[in-house]
Amino acid sequence: MTNAPRSDVRPLEPSLRDLAAPHAGAWERVRRRLSERAAAEGLVDVSFERHDSPLGSILLGATDAGLVRVGLPNEDEKAILAELAERISPRVLAGSRDSVTRARRQLDEYFDGDRRSFDVPLDWQLTRGFRREVLQATALIAYGRTASYREVATAAGRPGAFRAAGTALATNPLPIVVPCHRVLRSAGGLGDYRGGSQAKAQLLDLEGAA
Amino acid sequence: MSTAATHLAGDRLPPFEQVVELHGPVLLRYCAAQVGSDRAEDCLQETLLSALRGYARVREVGAIRSWLFSIAANKAVDLHRGDGRLAPPVDDLAPLGASEEPTYRDDALWAQVRELPEKQRQAVTLRYLGDLTHSEIAEVMETSQEAARRSVFEGLERLRREVTA
Repeated sequence: MTNAPRSDVRPLEPSLRDLAAPHAGAWERVRRRLSERAAAEGLVDVSFERHDSPLGSILLGATDAGLVRVGLPNEDEKAILAELAERISPRVLAGSRDSVTRARRQLDEYFDGDRRSFDVPLDWQLTRGFRREVLQATALIAYGRTASYREVATAAGRPGAFRAAGTALATNPLPIVVPCHRVLRSAGGLGDYRGGSQAKAQLLDLEGAA
Repeated sequence: MSTAATHLAGDRLPPFEQVVELHGPVLLRYCAAQVGSDRAEDCLQETLLSALRGYARVREVGAIRSWLFSIAANKAVDLHRGDGRLAPPVDDLAPLGASEEPTYRDDALWAQVRELPEKQRQAVTLRYLGDLTHSEIAEVMETSQEAARRSVFEGLERLRREVTA
């Protein structure tokens, strides 16, 4: 014992609980190595990383099949992770994956104005049926162009279903990459956006389509 | 049916990420108490990897915490066995890793905890670092609830004697 016994540690229980305080340096090291080893062993079904962008911090989630979720800054990260756990697999862990690394680089280029379309494998499993068809039609709207909800519904094969098309766009799991921000109200006005109308305006402005 | 039981049965597994963030820091402390700070990170690493391997089979969300401590307790034993050390070293008060941050808020108390006899150290750290109930401690230590309670009590008594000696 290097330290002399102390008499000022009473009451003992709170002092003992204090010993559980986290140690940042060691903790970060553990996290990093855990992600690497878990990924190498194939134990992670959904990886995610946070990426800084002009909109704020974007969450990028991916499976073996590709990018599965883009979470915009105004979305609740805890809710996104819970959704991924429930709908895909509870084996969700922070860490990199090829498709996420590619998406991050391409997002940087996009926000710098150097990229007009994304070339990343996509995992569409969080959307199905008509909604998926609407989103796949939306993916074809070119940079700098916009379309109406009715046009997108028509492209997805159900011209009358523009309200359902709106729901599909509002629940787009892959915003920005699948450019639902390019779909506007035909009567004018931006229309709703999962990431908030300000983010929508910012993206259209960037693309020179505002 | 008790609310606790309904709670356990109906809940879905949280994302493993959340489990790591919620319980990891405390497990790291627990590992340090069992195997020493120089090997605490390895102990935790093995614990979390093992937990992730078995995570999909977890049935009771409410039991995740004591399940993690059970795995950590086993990994700590494995680490001791691995290099033939019978008891953890007592001269390991260097900070975890290479950081300059102070490792523990009260180094003297920490040293006393580390010098407790095996069972008392386990019981005291599970109770106060891990915040486990006596029945959870009994489960982790594979003993009776009464024995777990006694080990916590005896450990505390010993610490009290030493810090006031």
